[in-house]
Amino acid sequence: MNVPATRKDLMRVNMGPHHPSMHGVLRLIVTLDGEDVIDCEPILGYLHRGMEKIAENRTIIQYLPYVTRWDYLATMFTEAITVNGPEQLGNIQVPKRASYIRIIMLELSRIASHLLWLGPFMADIGAQTPFFYIFRERELIYDLFEAATGMRMMHNYFRIGGVAADLPYGWIDKCLDFCDYFLTGVTEYQKLITRNPIFLKRVEGVGVVGGEEALNWGLSGPMLRASGIQWDLRKVDQYECYYELDWEVQWQKEGDSLARYLVRIGEMTESIKIIQQALEGIPGGPYENLEIRRFDKVKDPEWNDFEYRFISKKPSPAFELAKQELYVRVEAPKGELGIFLIGDAGVFPWRWKIRPPGFINLQILPQLVKRMKLADIMTILGSIDIIMGEVDR
Amino acid sequence: MIKMIMDTTEIQTINPFSRLEVVYGILWTLVPIFGLVLGIIIGVLVIVWLEREISAGIQQRIGPEYAGPLGILQALADGVKLLFKENLLPSRGDARLFSIGPSIAVISILLSYSIIPFGDHLILSDLTIGVFLWIAISSVAPIGLLMSGYGSNNKYSFLGGLRATAQSISYEIPLTLCVLSISLLSNSPSTIDIVEAQSKYGFWGWNLWRQPIGFIIFLCSSLAECERLPFDLPEAEEELVAGYQTEYSGIKFGLFYIASYLNLLVSSLFVTVLYLGGWNLSIAYGFIPKLFDINKAGKVFGTIIGILITLAKTYLFLFIPIATRWTLPRLRMDQLLSLGWKFLLPISLGNLLLTTSFQLLSL
Repeated sequence: MNVPATRKDLMRVNMGPHHPSMHGVLRLIVTLDGEDVIDCEPILGYLHRGMEKIAENRTIIQYLPYVTRWDYLATMFTEAITVNGPEQLGNIQVPKRASYIRIIMLELSRIASHLLWLGPFMADIGAQTPFFYIFRERELIYDLFEAATGMRMMHNYFRIGGVAADLPYGWIDKCLDFCDYFLTGVTEYQKLITRNPIFLKRVEGVGVVGGEEALNWGLSGPMLRASGIQWDLRKVDQYECYYELDWEVQWQKEGDSLARYLVRIGEMTESIKIIQQALEGIPGGPYENLEIRRFDKVKDPEWNDFEYRFISKKPSPAFELAKQELYVRVEAPKGELGIFLIGDAGVFPWRWKIRPPGFINLQILPQLVKRMKLADIMTILGSIDIIMGEVDR
Repeated sequence: MIKMIMDTTEIQTINPFSRLEVVYGILWTLVPIFGLVLGIIIGVLVIVWLEREISAGIQQRIGPEYAGPLGILQALADGVKLLFKENLLPSRGDARLFSIGPSIAVISILLSYSIIPFGDHLILSDLTIGVFLWIAISSVAPIGLLMSGYGSNNKYSFLGGLRATAQSISYEIPLTLCVLSISLLSNSPSTIDIVEAQSKYGFWGWNLWRQPIGFIIFLCSSLAECERLPFDLPEAEEELVAGYQTEYSGIKFGLFYIASYLNLLVSSLFVTVLYLGGWNLSIAYGFIPKLFDINKAGKVFGTIIGILITLAKTYLFLFIPIATRWTLPRLRMDQLLSLGWKFLLPISLGNLLLTTSFQLLSL
């Protein structure tokens, strides 16, 4: 905040935490010179719930219902990273079918997240109608989630070593139908939005991030790929079974808001491609590695004996975390979602550090909005795609 | 009580005619005014309903359906709710400016209805300055918006008020130039003369065909004057929360709402009058007017038909601004101003030049 004292006509506007376009509870202290933004200072923490601390006195399976509240629009990814950490820590194999189910769920979730980015982004630059169209498609994805997991948003579906339940009968056909329908939906959005002259005027050359700059700020996801860097963890890390499927990394060179829009739109169609291939090639077999659920197994107790405990098909998991540490990451729709996990030879993690993509991507906001117009704050903030649930955790 | 009435009647009998004439005179000036105001209010209610239903159709929603048949009374219900809501005053704002602002906005727009011919010579006041009254008065409304933005003691409101002023100043000029070209075509600024000038060749006599460029500029500028998307920057929700309306509640907020729809209705009516042939049926010309001139009942019928035609054209035209609002994104402030000053102004000047030279040549 180095505002020269001689300029008396600067106006400091407090935007948020209740401003309509602050995507939740972000607060920006903006210094304005008329319509020009001189300075911008983001203030975070209005949605802080101590997610990392909560993780430290819960088992992984107890913690799973919490994680969907980080990024509540891409819930499958938070669950995936929560089970991927302990899986890699304990070197646990995931059945092929479970891996395919996970891919399908993750990509559906990515589409849902990108859809709920597209609507508010368009609303941020003044077009209200796409918001209703994206909900139309998102509802279908959530119907699919509901059919498979029993919940629409907070699924609690992933388990260490697999998923909680197999896909119900007919789900694959339903999902294939959705894929066909959704491709027409994306074409519709592109017809409505992509070549609209007012839209182009608002997003072209607004919030330009160069490739080098993007790397230095630690950006990830579409923010990074829109700046000309082909970095997608699904290709780089080759987790789950992404390497078995045929798909391309979406990227653009320009680094402005339009490029980020195009990358996200492209990723939606690419995700559909992945889902279609996964649905075609999904193998049979178990959907969960049941052997790893419990370590202190009582071997063959006599029925109705004093020691006997009725254990149904799925014993409650008491997974022990090894005394090791590791960093795992997935390519979430907003960028690289990572966990730094330290085990302490107990059921609770000793440290559970979350690397939320939105938080890291948000850092570049003050730099991008300086010397822009007031209305560009919303365009740039919208194109960064933040979810305050994960930024503040 | 009865005695008092008796007294007054006694006094009246002393000078019966002048008294009655004064009363009738006042009545006959008030009846058309209140009739027009009532009509306008109903018209606004219809626009609100149309806007909600059309936007619902565009967004694949249902829209209002419970308040009255097909939700027609929804706007009335909203208005009644706003009437009953608490009237909040910002503690450190300027209470006088804050209260006067919305009424200035509404009154200035209501005044411009007085020069709109709804039927054949059915006009509240056929002034000599004609349409330019509208141009003059419509620049008063932003003063009201600026007052309310300033009086709110809120930075969003203030920015909204400033934006409203800047926007209406920059779009007033192309609008005026378009109106000027139209009045050149009919050699009179009077709205009635403008409509009469379009009545000759039916559908093809409309000024729309003689002034296509002017029509498009008029459309853009009137959208900007009404502060509707893509030019709704003064109240841009995503940027300025609600612009100058941010601190308002209750019926004062309702007045802004009414003002914006009044503005929309009046500019749509002006499009009808200036470009779409006003009250003329414009299809079977030469046949129907003669039929109605036969007797008094026919004249009344003809007037009603004229009003209906004006309203039908107006409301059909309204689909364009409403559909635009729910389709397009919003411009940025600098883009808005450069569109107004660098594009619309030169083109409307060129349009005026063309019109003037054609008029000179034909004379």
